[in-house]
Amino acid sequence: MDPEIKKDEEAILKEANGLLKDPAKRRLLGNVLTLGGLSLATGITLNHYGSVKEILKAVSRFNDGAQGVIFNPHNLAPTYTEADIKQPFPFNAFYSVDKAPVVDPGSFRLQLSGKIADRRPWDLPALYALPHTEQITRHICVEGWSAIGRWGGVVFSEFLRRVGADTTCKYVGFKCADGYFTSIDMPTALHSQTLLAFTFDGQLLPAKYGFPMKLRMPTKLGYKNPKHIVEIFVTNVYPGGYWEDLGYNWFGGS
Amino acid sequence: MDDDRTSIHPLWLRIIHWANAAAVVILIMSGWRIYNATRFLHLNVPFTHERLFPAKWTLGGWLGGAIQWHFAAIWVLFASAILYAVLFIASRRGKQFLPITPRGLWSDIKAFLKGHLSHADIRQYNTIQKLAYLFAMVDLVVLIASGLVLWKSVQFGWLRVLLGGYEAARYIHFYAMAAIVAFIVVHVVMALLVPKTIKAMLWGR
Repeated sequence: MDPEIKKDEEAILKEANGLLKDPAKRRLLGNVLTLGGLSLATGITLNHYGSVKEILKAVSRFNDGAQGVIFNPHNLAPTYTEADIKQPFPFNAFYSVDKAPVVDPGSFRLQLSGKIADRRPWDLPALYALPHTEQITRHICVEGWSAIGRWGGVVFSEFLRRVGADTTCKYVGFKCADGYFTSIDMPTALHSQTLLAFTFDGQLLPAKYGFPMKLRMPTKLGYKNPKHIVEIFVTNVYPGGYWEDLGYNWFGGS
Repeated sequence: MDDDRTSIHPLWLRIIHWANAAAVVILIMSGWRIYNATRFLHLNVPFTHERLFPAKWTLGGWLGGAIQWHFAAIWVLFASAILYAVLFIASRRGKQFLPITPRGLWSDIKAFLKGHLSHADIRQYNTIQKLAYLFAMVDLVVLIASGLVLWKSVQFGWLRVLLGGYEAARYIHFYAMAAIVAFIVVHVVMALLVPKTIKAMLWGR
């Protein structure tokens, strides 16, 4: 990746991590948002610092609903050819590449919980034995870049069907080996291009791209595509997500 | 409605103008913050080595905050664009902007170069004004279309294809932003030079 882009990315991460940890900075962010809002929108002093922030959060939740309405599960993301694949494919996470979690393939078990009939854990050979689909699609990052890659795995709706997931529920949530977590809407979980991916470019997913598995959705932004998944759950209670709780839009998809 | 008949700009137009102006300013400033997350063009602040866009020019505090501002303001932009389009047709405002003839343009350019281009009757737009306002309208449509592709490239697949692909839409969105910024600079300078136009857009006359 462009070193300039890398630098910006680090700045964003530092900024966001700082916001998470430091209450003074969190207040500052509130003030920045509020000051911008009052000077631009009204020119009137707002007494309750943070109220603009609350309004913006509410609009973002409203936008989740609007996007759910716009989302037509029959519309497919474009697919590409081998020649379009970006080499090397960019690494992106909330930590540097050498901090990617190491998962032991022998002892690994995928946990299932929530509204799933058969919650028995899965080992990797059982997952690898599931019907395999390959897909070359564009990964779009919220930070303003995109890259085409090739992922392979089981169609996620097929996996959900096999484990008896209650697909009338609203959300599917994911917990990851690196502490990351996110959740998606059921219509996207059931989209025909949503893969529980075990391979990247024909090889087992390397650690940096999400070993042992990632959920690959060409209809969602990168931060919605969890890597290093260790647990999948189905629920009607809004589970949020790592970046989503900090302010990224929850639906985050196209 | 008596007020509307005698005013230069009807009330609906004035409300849409200022709502649209606020939305566009918020969209530009938050958009600059979003751009800063991956500066895909190598652009500096003119005459400096500072890279675009300095944080103090931007809105949102960080990428996530900027996105929240951006996607709140789009609703105001959508609403104002749709209302304007409907009322533009219903009120036959097209007469103010069309027709534009090459002859009219040429005589206006000559008048402009001699410093004689008239703004005396603010009810009447000269050809250069007509072109500028039509350009702003078309540019906003381009911004909305390219924004829709960046936001919903799968749902608006036909629009993505029309604009030449996902990454093309990013560049179109950026250059259309630059064009609307250029329009705003000229528009504000011209309005300040002829202050009665600002009065008319605020109070109607």
